[in-house]
Amino acid sequence: MIFFDKIGRYFIFLRLLFTNRESFKTYYHLVLEECVSIGLGSLFLVVLVSTFIGAVSTVQTAYNLVSPLIPRYVIAQVVREMTVLELAPTIMALIYAGKVGSSMAGGLGTMRITEQIDAVEVMGINSVSYLVLPKIIASVIMYPLLVIVAGFCSLFGGYLIGAATGIITPPEFIYGVRFIFNDFTIIFALIKSFVFAFLVSSICSYKGFYTKGGALEVGIATTQGVTNSVIAILIADYLLAQLLLA
Amino acid sequence: MIKIKDIAKSFDGKMVLEGISGEFEKGKCNLIIGSSGTGKSVLLKCIVGLTPVNAGSVYYDMRNFTDADHDMKAEIRREIGMLFQGGALFDSKTVEKNVMFPLDILTKMKPEEKKERVAFCLKRVGLENAGKKMPSEISGGMKKRVGIARAIVNNPAYLFCDEPNSGLDPQTSILIDELIQDITYEFNTTTLVVTHDMNSVMGMGDNIMYLYKGHKLWEGGKEDITHSGVKELDDFVFANKVMSKMRGK
Repeated sequence: MIFFDKIGRYFIFLRLLFTNRESFKTYYHLVLEECVSIGLGSLFLVVLVSTFIGAVSTVQTAYNLVSPLIPRYVIAQVVREMTVLELAPTIMALIYAGKVGSSMAGGLGTMRITEQIDAVEVMGINSVSYLVLPKIIASVIMYPLLVIVAGFCSLFGGYLIGAATGIITPPEFIYGVRFIFNDFTIIFALIKSFVFAFLVSSICSYKGFYTKGGALEVGIATTQGVTNSVIAILIADYLLAQLLLA
Repeated sequence: MIKIKDIAKSFDGKMVLEGISGEFEKGKCNLIIGSSGTGKSVLLKCIVGLTPVNAGSVYYDMRNFTDADHDMKAEIRREIGMLFQGGALFDSKTVEKNVMFPLDILTKMKPEEKKERVAFCLKRVGLENAGKKMPSEISGGMKKRVGIARAIVNNPAYLFCDEPNSGLDPQTSILIDELIQDITYEFNTTTLVVTHDMNSVMGMGDNIMYLYKGHKLWEGGKEDITHSGVKELDDFVFANKVMSKMRGK
């Protein structure tokens, strides 16, 4: 019952985002600020992690493809499929939940316990809409862009490490990346990234927004926000794969 | 004028406020006093609508706030200025931006007009040189004054202060009290202050409501508080050594 109660509260929270909100002009600057914070703030981590994931995937795929009958460009093909279908949108979403989601939950939780949210509310402003909606919009705009960057960096990491170690030559890698390419996988990755961005930002904001207590509870809310986001991402990942690929 | 009628509030089945009624007059400093845990802050939050009441009504100049629809509530709230216990300043904004915030959201004033109004309010609270500082760079007393500047920037008809001098030294407390009192008389606001500080009570209590364990036990002016005849209030008032000595004389 508690589970359904929490789900119900989450959906009421989502409804509050769009009821009695301020004018669009009010949100314009807030969304831009959040985009800069979320996008630029996460860029370095995304580039670093995805480049290494691509490099490691290349090395491990080569290590497992021991048969001389399998051409080496298959390594690049496997790395491409792994990157586009899972590593870029899903693994990055888990990292995104840890970095951006925790920041959202922690920030809103701190605002709650220091009465900043009450201060907004007492002015007659819909605090849910004013404080949370820009975060969700910015997240849904920026995360798919980060996923595109992550996909590119991952393949680039694989390309570099392949060339540097001699596992696969650059022409072979490029051939493998382009071999039997199905462009729907890109659309699928982008759909996943929209869904994951929404889940991370809304769940973490929800947890942070309704924090009660003090500093300890802010920490707990942040942890719960990230944990619940990760679970939601994994469930959504399976459901989307079943719906769109099966 | 703010009128409250039979306010009741409970948390998890435990009654925190019961049958609280009263009137808070315009142009006066109305105080809600009582020991810690008697429900003063809860009552204040019920009056401004941050905490929903279980029973009773709140009227702002005859307008029923409790049963009002969203638009009416928003309209009334835009006439409210509130100073929170910790200041509740937005960490990410400068002092100037904090004070300007209500004007940015609630008005269609031109940028120059807003700057002028913010400068006036900061000057009014004696912080004309702190506009560019961040909340983390200023003292507790300054935060309270910025909170007051933000509360009055939109010319509120109703000013609420939740423990305005908690955590402050006696000198700064007196300054904050005087500032609230001056603003009340200057702008003719209906001011409601929650406090348990006897200096504040004796300094600015035009109308005082005493709460004890969620009930209103006494109401009157600061002149009458020392001879109220209510034992619980006497215990509260004369817990202070200075007041106790006064009683002895």
